[in-house]
Amino acid sequence: MRIPVSALIGITMTSVFVLSAVFAPWIAPYPIDAAVGGVWEGPSSRFWLGTDTIGRDILSRLIYGGSVTIFVALVSSLLSFSMGAFFGFLAATRGGWVDTGLSRLVDLMMAVPSLIVALVVLSVLPLNLTVLILVMGVLDSTRVFRLSRAVAVDIAVMDYVEAAKLRGERQGWIIFREILPNALTPLVAEFGLRFIFAVLFISTLSFLGLGIQPPLSDWGGMVRENKDGLVYGKAAAMMPALAIAVLAISVNLVADWILSRTSSLKGGRGG
Amino acid sequence: MHPLIKLVVQRLALGLILLLAVSVVIFLGVEMLPGDTAQAILGQSATPEALANMRESLGLNQPAVTRYLTWLGHALQGDLGVALTNKKDIAHAIGQRLGNTLFLAACAGMIAVPLAIGLGLTAARYAGRWPDKLISGITLATISLPEFVAAYFVIYLLTQVFPVFQPVSMVFPGMSFIERLHAVALPVIVLVMVVLAHMMRMTRAAILNVMQSAYIETAELKGLSPMQVIWRHALPNAVAPIISVVVINLAYLVVGVVVVEVVFSYNALGQYLVDHVAKRDLPVVQAVGIIFAAVYIGLNILADLIGVIANPRLRHPK
Repeated sequence: MRIPVSALIGITMTSVFVLSAVFAPWIAPYPIDAAVGGVWEGPSSRFWLGTDTIGRDILSRLIYGGSVTIFVALVSSLLSFSMGAFFGFLAATRGGWVDTGLSRLVDLMMAVPSLIVALVVLSVLPLNLTVLILVMGVLDSTRVFRLSRAVAVDIAVMDYVEAAKLRGERQGWIIFREILPNALTPLVAEFGLRFIFAVLFISTLSFLGLGIQPPLSDWGGMVRENKDGLVYGKAAAMMPALAIAVLAISVNLVADWILSRTSSLKGGRGG
Repeated sequence: MHPLIKLVVQRLALGLILLLAVSVVIFLGVEMLPGDTAQAILGQSATPEALANMRESLGLNQPAVTRYLTWLGHALQGDLGVALTNKKDIAHAIGQRLGNTLFLAACAGMIAVPLAIGLGLTAARYAGRWPDKLISGITLATISLPEFVAAYFVIYLLTQVFPVFQPVSMVFPGMSFIERLHAVALPVIVLVMVVLAHMMRMTRAAILNVMQSAYIETAELKGLSPMQVIWRHALPNAVAPIISVVVINLAYLVVGVVVVEVVFSYNALGQYLVDHVAKRDLPVVQAVGIIFAAVYIGLNILADLIGVIANPRLRHPK
């Protein structure tokens, strides 16, 4: 199997990000909240990426911030994924009013942009990690629902599903043992895209001041903290912005590659 | 009745029902969440009597359905209530800012649409060769950036590296049209970047899809130049999906506008919304949220209708 260069770059960069997130406390040269230098110092041998608005090392904060961003995005995309896939498969196997009800509910949720819904909901709910992950996961599960329902509708009419039904297997068996294994390939590529979406979503919320709250800080929040420096030509805000961009593009490259492989195997993803 | 009019009426009615359902969700759904407006205003240390008084004065002791119907009745007459935080009239505040938001979005749309179609046609003309790869590569990069990151790249590039613009976009009531255009230049560039990629990719895909038809081969065989084939034969047949995707992306500007306004401290509806989410001012958030939802739903229905009008085959349901 030949892996294209773009996918290799994507895999390497993604691994670097994930590893530095996991081992943040051992890699980061300075503690996350210690003011160790002057305000908005430029890159130097002491501070590789310079210091931020109150003199904290940007590289260290990037490494810690990355672990927050990646953790939140990963958990919320896992949540959106399991919810979306479960209800999507349920709608496809049950059909009838379950299908109609779930599909209309999803149509309703998708009739308004996720960011607007999130803003409305977050104006009432307390801003903490659990709430953010739940809100993002539920909002994004609509897209997974549509995809997995579409995939499962095709599978649900297969003979082996019919056979399982006639055998008298329960709903859970049919969903997890018959449909899931056969729907997994197209769903895996989708997972990458959902993860990127979650990264962009949590970064945007934090940038707006409505995501991760201090003392924790993620990349979106770091852009917010340092954005005023741009007017004076201080590039501190560009570092976390660049990190978000590079992570998103790397995961995108991997997902694109998986997608092109699965569609050549499965004859297309059906839009 | 003419089938087309029937269709328009049908879609409009569907849109209204959808909007009503969304307003129910935004209003009642928020009620079901834990959290209490009176508590939010008075803070954690409020005495029970003060809380009860506050609930009374806000009408929070009424059942939710009654409050929804009262609110809906007032909203339909243009009365959106007053903001909790400063007691100012919400409809008035929105009226002042809506124009600024629409101005920004309209400028972005007017640049992005022709540019996206032009680039899409170019990419389709040179499919698989370097202009196509260059355009596709750049759009792939912009598609994976969140709006605010794209915004700071543009700001850094155009205010620091090449200082041509100011990093904030202030518009005042007395500004001339030209001054306004100059003030919104940076946010417009960002918004164009954000919506361009998807529109361009769909234009390219739609054209390439049509290019496989037999009549395109005929046109090529009779000796037309590639550009003539695209303009005269491919574009007219690809126009329906292109217009749909253009309008859907204009709807997407709704989201982009919120973030971009905050980045550039541009005094308009998105900034107003985000400010009041942070202040937990629910009436304002609900009102602005529903306006954004209405614009989004409206544009999506428009995309649907244009798609049907541009494609006669969809006009006759079987």
